This record gives sequence, structure tokens and C-alpha cells, in this order.
Amino acid sequence: MPRALIKVPARAKRGEVIEIKTLISHEMETGFRHSNTGTAIPRDIIKTFVASYNGEEIFRAQLFPAIAANPFITFHTVATESGTLEFSWNGDNGYAASEQVKISVE
Amino acid sequence: MAVPSAAEIPLAERRSGYADMSAASKAMQDDDTANPGMLWVLDGEAAWRAKTPATGRACADCHGEAAQSMRGVAARYPAYDAKRGKPVDLEGRINICRLEQQQAAALRPESKELLALTAYVARQSRGLPIESTDARLKPYIEAGRQLFERRQGQLNLACAHCHDNNWGRKLAGNTVPQGHPTGYPLYRLEWQGLGSLQRRLRNCLIGMRAESYAFESAEFIALETYLMWRARGMPMEAPAVRP
Repeated sequence: MPRALIKVPARAKRGEVIEIKTLISHEMETGFRHSNTGTAIPRDIIKTFVASYNGEEIFRAQLFPAIAANPFITFHTVATESGTLEFSWNGDNGYAASEQVKISVE
Repeated sequence: MAVPSAAEIPLAERRSGYADMSAASKAMQDDDTANPGMLWVLDGEAAWRAKTPATGRACADCHGEAAQSMRGVAARYPAYDAKRGKPVDLEGRINICRLEQQQAAALRPESKELLALTAYVARQSRGLPIESTDARLKPYIEAGRQLFERRQGQLNLACAHCHDNNWGRKLAGNTVPQGHPTGYPLYRLEWQGLGSLQRRLRNCLIGMRAESYAFESAEFIALETYLMWRARGMPMEAPAVRP
């Protein structure tokens, strides 16, 4: 089961620039490695990360095999209104994880 | 090179590997939402509350809330086990508890499950000073010290050559740390994962081109016991982050 750690300020002033930090557990197997017996280890990575704010997409990232295990993605956005931030990660082998965090804007 | 000196690092001059890290790595360790070790702590918390099939008991059914019952526990391990007549480390204690109290299979060394439970228990001691006061540990501390100061491997090095005599100097561009086990299990960026103190010791032994001891062997336990005594009084950082 994927584990995610997300840091979003619980409350913010309208118009304030807020920092969002996300960390998710994932092996990020590159597909370039071989096992002890010489067989290729198939690629298994997260390919996309999307963040939306009350349904509107505010941040998107494409991830590649060079990204380390347990990807840590930090970005900023402007606090516009109270609501929900939704984060989703999608990748190889049907990997899908999502998390929601509430924010209240005054 | 001089033989390993009997001169240990004076207590006041001891420093955690944390002090030699970059600002970015320090920030990563200090923020629980950026510290990847916390992913294992979350898994460990779930495992703490998970009931094992044979007895239907979870760790939490005996020990309650880890925040109280496990506070300071990791800071005094390896601890002397009177029943076995030898010290056991935290991983060993968890497996003894699983075998005897939960009638579950022992968890494999370095497995995700064992690291997660160990990280969760160790997290409860963060900031508390390492304790090594049990007189019964003395012979094991001595045995550990002898291993620490013994030359071994093709490079003919002892642990003490780097970590007592040359800490603070450079080895292949990296600062040689004093080697205090304040943050285990810890997230090593090079490993891209969490690892135990025994994994770290194994790493060093391979670097010295020496044959590593087996996981949970008497030699590793003695080394761990010595290292914790050597770091007595230093604050626990688990789960730490190291480059």
C-alpha cells in the first residue's frame, strides 16, 4: 500500500503564496538494472503527478527513470479559496494513488 | 598508519553525522513531511496495530500506545536479556516478541516489515539521550571495542582508524564521520531506502574488503552494544537521513 506524506498549511490568507510538499513511497525501479541471475528487472516507476485545487489542475509533473525512489515534489501555489487539494500519482503496472488535503482560506 | 589508539573521542568532542550534512539534507531530516524515513514509520504504526493470525494479538494489545510505552526504549538497546544471557538489539527484541508472544514467524533482517516496526519504535525515542548503564553489558561492550579496534580485511584497517583517528577528514570527498549510531534505522540517500545499523556496518566491512558478519551474529550485537555505549548521552535522531 502506498504511503504519502503531504504538507499543506491548514489555513492561509487569500492571495498568499503557499508551499506544498509531497512525498510518496515508491521503488522507482529504472528498468536498466539486472538481477543477480542476469534477468532484466522491468521498469516500474511513477509516470505522472497531478495536483488540483477544488477540481482545477494547478500543477503537473512527468517523472522519468532517473528520479530517485520515494519521489519528493515541492511546489508553490496561490491560496485563492477554501476547499480541497487533491494529489494523484500514476505509473507503471496500473499504479494509482491519490490523497486529499483540506485548506481553509480567510 | 599508527595502530588504533586507545584514545577514544573525548565526550565533549563527539558529534553526530548530522552535523556534517548539507543544509538540504538537514532540512530533509528535520521536517517529518520531507523525511522519507517517516514512510516506514507510518507502515510501522500500521504493523503495530495489526493482529497476527495465530494469537489475534497486535503489539498494541500488550504495549498500548507506543508514544508512551516505547518512549526511550530504542535509546537503551541493545539491552541485556536475562533469559538468554546476552544482549539483544531492537530488531532481535521485536522478533523474540513475535515468536514468543504472537506465535508469528520472525521477520527477515532488513525486510520492509521489520524495518518499519523498528523505525516506529525508534521514532518514539527521538531527542532522548542514549543510555548505556547496565553493568551486565560490560563484557559485550569490551568485545565490541576489540572488534572496533581490530585490523581486518584486505585493506588491513580497523573501524577505529577512520572513526576514532581520522574523523572530520575526507575519504573520497566525503567527511569521515565519528560513527555514532544515533539515528538508526535511517534513510540513506545512497540506498534510496531505510536500513539498519547492521546494514551500515556491513557496508563499512565490505569497504574494508573484510568478510561481513551474519545479520544478528554475536559480533554485530557486540559492535552495536559498544557503539551505543560510545554514543551514550547523545540524542536519538531516528529515523535519521544520511547521504
